[in-house]
Amino acid sequence: MSVRNGLLALLAEQPMHGYHLRQEFERRTGGTWPLNIGQVYTTLHRLVRDGLAEPVPQGGTGVDGAGADVELFRLTDAGRTEARAWWATPVGRGAPARDELAIKLALAVTAAGVDVGAVLQAQRTETMRALRDYTRLKVTGGPSAEHGGANPDADLAWSLVLDSLVFAAEAEVRWLDHVEARVTRAARERADRAAARGGEPAGDPFGGGLAQPVEDAGPAHDAGRGVR
Amino acid sequence: MSAPSGLGPVLLRLVDVSRTHGHGPTEVHALRGVDLSVRVGELVAVMGPSGSGKSTLLNIAGGLDTPSTGSVTLAGSELAAMDTKGRARLRRRSVGYVFQDFNLIPALTAAENVALPRELDGVGARAARVEALAALADVGLADLGDRFPDELSGGQQQRVAIARALAGPRRLVLADEPTGALDSVTGEDVMRVLRTRVDAGAAGLLVTHEARFAAWADRTVFLRDGVVVDSTGSRPDPSSLLVSQPGPGERW
Repeated sequence: MSVRNGLLALLAEQPMHGYHLRQEFERRTGGTWPLNIGQVYTTLHRLVRDGLAEPVPQGGTGVDGAGADVELFRLTDAGRTEARAWWATPVGRGAPARDELAIKLALAVTAAGVDVGAVLQAQRTETMRALRDYTRLKVTGGPSAEHGGANPDADLAWSLVLDSLVFAAEAEVRWLDHVEARVTRAARERADRAAARGGEPAGDPFGGGLAQPVEDAGPAHDAGRGVR
Repeated sequence: MSAPSGLGPVLLRLVDVSRTHGHGPTEVHALRGVDLSVRVGELVAVMGPSGSGKSTLLNIAGGLDTPSTGSVTLAGSELAAMDTKGRARLRRRSVGYVFQDFNLIPALTAAENVALPRELDGVGARAARVEALAALADVGLADLGDRFPDELSGGQQQRVAIARALAGPRRLVLADEPTGALDSVTGEDVMRVLRTRVDAGAAGLLVTHEARFAAWADRTVFLRDGVVVDSTGSRPDPSSLLVSQPGPGERW
């Protein structure tokens, strides 16, 4: 979807052929989203079909002076309008993604015999590893470090793309912390309620009664469940 | 940038460290059976909710608090085997602290702030100043030694604090929420400086509740109720990372 918008934005700057577009896209986004050339040409042909781009008539030249056998593409007026509209329009959040982690934890807090604390910690450690690795990549340098030349703009683009992964991972860790605090508090409240009823097993909708085998549902044990 | 294989000797080692406050029914286990080592060239982050024992761990690591059981070895010396005076001397020579609110003395210049603890160690004023200027240069503040703290930005003040923590022979920096008072870009600058100083031959123990800053460490250990419940393990070789990048998301 946004490969299309990305290519539109690049073509708005200058006519390009497919290979150059792909190269430019990867360079400008920090190489984090590799495109294959087939994807680029499929997208280009859809842009042409939709009247947003057109092949440059023979004899026209791109900046890189590619041979006449390589087809150059440029935007039509409609394409330029569309490219401008993309910058002006916020990217939608779309429908909530079917997030496996959210589903997993929703099921974990209501399932019998699942150590929610262990599930949370395993996830936290894994996400923290990813976060560290992204951070490490930022330190070891962007595309220009790799190619031995200084290109501050390319490095900035690269590090901003990495930052988007960093912030997403950080948000996940914060959410996991939040889940843990909520689950811990719920377990405590469940235990308090059970104690107030004189030690009767808790049968609240959160899952105190449901989540535990009957013989384990005593308040003391229940309080320790969930999070270490 | 040192790879894990290039790490130096162990500078700080905690073995089976427990710390209990109070007695009997009011007894609180602040730490239980904690094992932790930090090598030269290594930055270790500690994460955990409030009350999980992070501060106690940092205080014990720096010799400000003593464990109820277990041993702490700092720069090759076991703290329990030393008297109070010797422990204080070792602490001053080996350990520096970085706090959330910088803790610089407002009436002293940056260079004087960095030099002061060294002078308290008995180093002559001139030698301490030379060390201080070198330490400031190491954190990118070579030209700001004569500024007072209120003439420096928050990020610069924290870099002065890092310089102070690692001036002279000190090799272990204990950082307690060092980015807590800084915005996200400045916080990242400070972490970058801390990382560079550690890579250049220091060791760091970092307490933070922000995952994004803990990510600058080689590994993160997670504390819960005084117990280390998990650790990320050491970082891999950076060259192996790109391969495992996630593919393009739906948005792209």
